[in-house]
Amino acid sequence: MSSYNSETEIIEQKTLPYRILSVIVDNKPGVLFRVTNLFRARNFNIESITVGTTEQHDISRMTIAIQSDSRTTDQLVKQLRKLIDIIEVRILNIENTVFRELALIKMKARDPTSRMEITHFANIFRAKILDVGKDSMMVEITGTPDKIDAFKSIVDTYGIIQIARTGISALPRGV
Amino acid sequence: MVEMIGAKALIASLEKEGVDIVFGLPGGANLPIYDELVDANFRHVLVRHEQAAAHMADGYARIKRKAGVCIATSGPGATNLITGIATAHADSIPMVAITGQVPVAMIGKDAFQETDIIGISNPCTKYAFQPRKAVEIPEVIKKAFYITESGRPGPVLVDIPKDVQQEKAEIEFPELIKVRGYKPAFDPDLSQIEKAIDLIMKAEKPIIMAGGGVILSGAFNELQALAEILMCPVVTTFKGKGGFPENHPLAMGPIGMHGHAEANKIIIEADCIIAIGARFSDRSVGRFDEFGKGMSIIHLDVDPAEIGKNKSVDVAVVGDVKSSLRTIVKMLTTKGIRKDPDNSWLKRRKELIEYYTSTIKDYSREITAKKTLKKLRELLPSKSIVTTEVGQCQMWASLHFDVITPGTFFSSTGLGTMGFGFPASIGAKAAKPDVPVIDIAGDGSFNMTENSLAVSVLEKLPVIVFLLNNYMLGMVAQWQRTFYNRRYMGVEQSRCPDYVKLAESYGAQGIRVQSMNDLDKAIKTGLSSDVATVIDIPIDPEEDVYPFVAPGSGLKDMIVGG
Repeated sequence: MSSYNSETEIIEQKTLPYRILSVIVDNKPGVLFRVTNLFRARNFNIESITVGTTEQHDISRMTIAIQSDSRTTDQLVKQLRKLIDIIEVRILNIENTVFRELALIKMKARDPTSRMEITHFANIFRAKILDVGKDSMMVEITGTPDKIDAFKSIVDTYGIIQIARTGISALPRGV
Repeated sequence: MVEMIGAKALIASLEKEGVDIVFGLPGGANLPIYDELVDANFRHVLVRHEQAAAHMADGYARIKRKAGVCIATSGPGATNLITGIATAHADSIPMVAITGQVPVAMIGKDAFQETDIIGISNPCTKYAFQPRKAVEIPEVIKKAFYITESGRPGPVLVDIPKDVQQEKAEIEFPELIKVRGYKPAFDPDLSQIEKAIDLIMKAEKPIIMAGGGVILSGAFNELQALAEILMCPVVTTFKGKGGFPENHPLAMGPIGMHGHAEANKIIIEADCIIAIGARFSDRSVGRFDEFGKGMSIIHLDVDPAEIGKNKSVDVAVVGDVKSSLRTIVKMLTTKGIRKDPDNSWLKRRKELIEYYTSTIKDYSREITAKKTLKKLRELLPSKSIVTTEVGQCQMWASLHFDVITPGTFFSSTGLGTMGFGFPASIGAKAAKPDVPVIDIAGDGSFNMTENSLAVSVLEKLPVIVFLLNNYMLGMVAQWQRTFYNRRYMGVEQSRCPDYVKLAESYGAQGIRVQSMNDLDKAIKTGLSSDVATVIDIPIDPEEDVYPFVAPGSGLKDMIVGG
């Protein structure tokens, strides 16, 4: 019963709008811990989080994807702004933002037909074949999470062995 | 630049911050600090348990209105502080907690008395530092005091590895520091204040709900000025108790789970709530969805994240509440606004007070919590500082002890920490040695930190423990009586210990009272005593706290009792 409830909760969450936060933080130890601990303590869910350095060596950018209503998002942004190590928090306007995710997908490819089909789909999705093994192929695909999901569902029939996704990186368009 | 070791740099930095007292306990990982404390120009108070050190620093901070400092060693010393740090965090109290840590090279090796106190303290501190080099210490300490005291205050932890304490370095003390991601100062937005005033002016039945922010920012005069312009009732949250004189003709006391009946009643009849430095906690407002329904809500707070956290509001004024209130009062005065004290809304206030005063009956016994607290109020000078333990004693204090001088009452209202009151009262006494300090206690809570009697006696910080003793975990017993069909479990203290003998064993004074006359004498004895006094007051274990708003209920479903 409880698992049924938690499933319905997940389905309900999926209907909430996708939001991307661009968070500028001090580049020092412990900052990621403070951010993720805040999410946990305040009962917020992270869809994905990426961290990397920026054009300034002492500053990092976190790109956090969440699915939530506007009130929760507002509260989350305020709580993030309270963290001492956080310099700036912006909610990116999805229409005016370039966002990309990278995924590595390893799938079963034993027979020549499968290999040809996978290569074909990879071309359509502008994905790259990174590795071909005796029984498997590995593909690198970059794009919006939707595009990656679409590719994943197509190649699912061959049998996915492993997936590694980076989460979203994003920047607003223009200056 | 001067050459010195890290521990010396720490002490010098604390001196530069104007620290005059620290509460602590030594151990392996803070020995270099203790060695330097020998020559420090401030006082060190040795506690018997680190939890008490944090509560003492907390009580000191609440009265002195600046950061309290506590010191512990690594591992268990540091974890013992956590309850006190979490208590200060829940009540937004400025505190700098300094812990020793194992040497840098040992961190992560599961060394003896190593604990990840930065990780453990994360959810209950405003920030935590771990300097890795002695040269960092002065800047870290300056930042710690700046962060803990500014904006919405909250505890800051500084965890110093032992080798960093011992390291010799050329130390520089910065005059100015900058914390890039931290902008605590907000000037209230004038357009928001205009909107707030518009709403207030439209209201026929406005009410002020004053929270702890009023006390933290010391906005007593400003609050009183606003209330007297608007001529409206003033309720407080429990944390805001004593932010407004409770004998004032507009005062109605605290709302909430064990709020005053008339306060809980009047706030649901209002049409506009002016919440000042309050966070709409479940204890104060009951159900978030029900509270303030159909009313306009104005929210003044220093913390932008409090706006809309528990309750959506119509107008938010973000900024230090003292400065926001000052601006509002000034603008109302300029507009020539001054409401008539002879208004029907204030008549309703009077009516409700009279109704509940005659309806709510006290028990007929000679000694009841209510009678003893009324007696205490009668005998205490109004400037006395009063704190409480947690449980029935705390709620009785809220209901029956009126705070007259603003800012002289505090309690662990957010975390509800049993054992808080007694050490906190010792800290308060250290902050203001010339006024009487009283801890309104229950036996269950007092048991948790009673070994602070040694500190009170040896450090000559005498306080009065006003022990409402039912030899019960009384609040739990009340809930078991009310919600669990009198199936008592884990609440009886079985007449143990003898509190008079306990007090005497520490060199304190213990007085057991049997009548109201005894109590009168005991309070007077305590007030003139130069050692701690424990007044053991027998309370009937069946005595309940009323009124009561059951958890999950709205204020309108208050049970008045009987």
